[in-house]
Amino acid sequence: MKKTFSYRLNIFLFLLPALILFVGILIAPIAMSAYYSLNDFNSVAGKSMTFVWLDNYKELFSRTLLNSETGKAFVNDKFMGDALVNSLVLAALSVFIQLPLALLIALKLSKGITGERAYLSVFFMPVLISTVIIGRLWMNIYDPGKAGILNAALKAMGIDQWLFPWITKHISSSKLPFTGQWTGFKETALGAAFIPILWQYVGYHMLLMYAGIKGVPADLLEAAKLDGCREGQVNRYIIIPYIKPILKVSVIFAVTGSLKSFDLIYTLMKDTTKAELPSTLMYKLLFLHNRYGLGSAIAVILIALCFLFAILISLAFRDKGEKVS
Amino acid sequence: MKHNVKKILSSALVHILLLALVFINIFPLYWMVTFSLKTNDEILGYSYKDAETGQRVQVLPNHVGLPHHWEWGNYTEAMKTGNMGQYFINSLAVTVLAITITLIASFMATYALTRLVWKGRKTMSKFFMLGLTIPIHAAIVPVYVMLSKLGLLNTYSALIFPYSAFALAMGILISTGFMGDIPYDLDEAAFLDGCGTWGIFLRVIAPLMMPAIATVGIYTFLQCWNELLFATVFVSSGKYRTLPVGVQQLFGQYTTRWGPIGAALTIATMPTLIAYAFLSRRIQGSFIAGAVKG
Repeated sequence: MKKTFSYRLNIFLFLLPALILFVGILIAPIAMSAYYSLNDFNSVAGKSMTFVWLDNYKELFSRTLLNSETGKAFVNDKFMGDALVNSLVLAALSVFIQLPLALLIALKLSKGITGERAYLSVFFMPVLISTVIIGRLWMNIYDPGKAGILNAALKAMGIDQWLFPWITKHISSSKLPFTGQWTGFKETALGAAFIPILWQYVGYHMLLMYAGIKGVPADLLEAAKLDGCREGQVNRYIIIPYIKPILKVSVIFAVTGSLKSFDLIYTLMKDTTKAELPSTLMYKLLFLHNRYGLGSAIAVILIALCFLFAILISLAFRDKGEKVS
Repeated sequence: MKHNVKKILSSALVHILLLALVFINIFPLYWMVTFSLKTNDEILGYSYKDAETGQRVQVLPNHVGLPHHWEWGNYTEAMKTGNMGQYFINSLAVTVLAITITLIASFMATYALTRLVWKGRKTMSKFFMLGLTIPIHAAIVPVYVMLSKLGLLNTYSALIFPYSAFALAMGILISTGFMGDIPYDLDEAAFLDGCGTWGIFLRVIAPLMMPAIATVGIYTFLQCWNELLFATVFVSSGKYRTLPVGVQQLFGQYTTRWGPIGAALTIATMPTLIAYAFLSRRIQGSFIAGAVKG
């Protein structure tokens, strides 16, 4: 009896550090965020919390959000709605442009091309660089002044009049490109933000897929070739179904990553309203306008969406797998 | 013969496309290093009045070329005025301590979850895996309130513990894979030799977890070294500011001077890139381990 007790105590002691960190900093805060989101809560120091049920959620999707100190409206559009749409657009771009591109490169590289390792290492490199650095670097690339190399390159090629309107149809040409900033227009801002995201993360997904493809048993591939499968058929019927678990992970990362995305937009743009995301809106509400209740409501929505999408994507991949088998 | 030509052409085309991608990947970094060594005049172009002829001479901007004159002063300025040296040390301290805590907590938890037999350990594993999906936004307000009540805002701890907590799930996931590879016979032999639970963990398991230290460490390092949101919110004093925030603040100071900004960006990027040059396989391996086992 005594021995089982000490055994149990040991199990508890081994788990203790992890439990303290995990419950204290991840699990309990979710509950607290949920509680805060139901309160009008405008100061960390004071005890000015009043329970307001779902008012914060209503306000978040209403037309005006108020600054708690000045009482003035600081945005006057359906901002949370827009922010959610923006993050879903980013997610869709990631899934339908970034992942296919990554898969294409991974398929090419994994077939034993000369310099395979070198290509792989270079393509993965941007993943390691801080998003802050990447944001700033691309801010300089998009710079509207003389030093911005994107506009300089367009000018040098003499195509500044027609290349920019491809990206947006709605801006009058007088505003284009040398007076405006790439990240400064609603029509281009989100696209301009997606390019660096694509640049940074395509290598990440490529690496995962490459590792997955390398794990496909060699005899499986040989058998397919002996049966007369062409490369495209091998890719479609053997490799892609085989690496489905990795594709699932990639899709989940791409979608939840887009929902959570903060660093890049925050550093790339001085004014994030042009491409507002839930997390940048949350940051503003919390630390520029002291609306802790409202900010917490966004946090709760984000947690819920991350879990919802992770579950939905897992289910989607499971269903297709069952149909095949 | 004809088939061969076609094959060579198509492989050449693949290489050309891949090399174009290599260029796209490397160019922004090359550009960053070059403008970190230029003056604004060189980047933007300028004109001056020639003393002899009295005519205005136009000097064209040097956007992408190598610097004509290597302006190392940008680096001294980023270190001194921009305080990048201090931020570098802060980042290092926070990251190293967060990695240490993550490793200890996740090895201990993994030991309890995989080598000790008890009811509910499967559920407990799943519980920890929730951490893979929970976004850091979930914690930001409550942890801010907690830290401010404990008087821990603007300390290293304000970042170390949240970073460890958010790295924990991945740490446990990766360690589970590594610990599963250690033969269970070793535990039994040690037990027969008189080792207790702690003895087995410290003398048998922990020494064999060296490869896991590298994998978990690398993953945690990159997460902490580059983190921005917590670092912006929980630390406002310059004394404990980390590199990403320091770089971000520098933009406010030098909105129009490109050289020092480029120098700061380069200082913040180089450690990771140098490490990557030597450890590329290991670093890639830890990312694969993190995703494939998930």
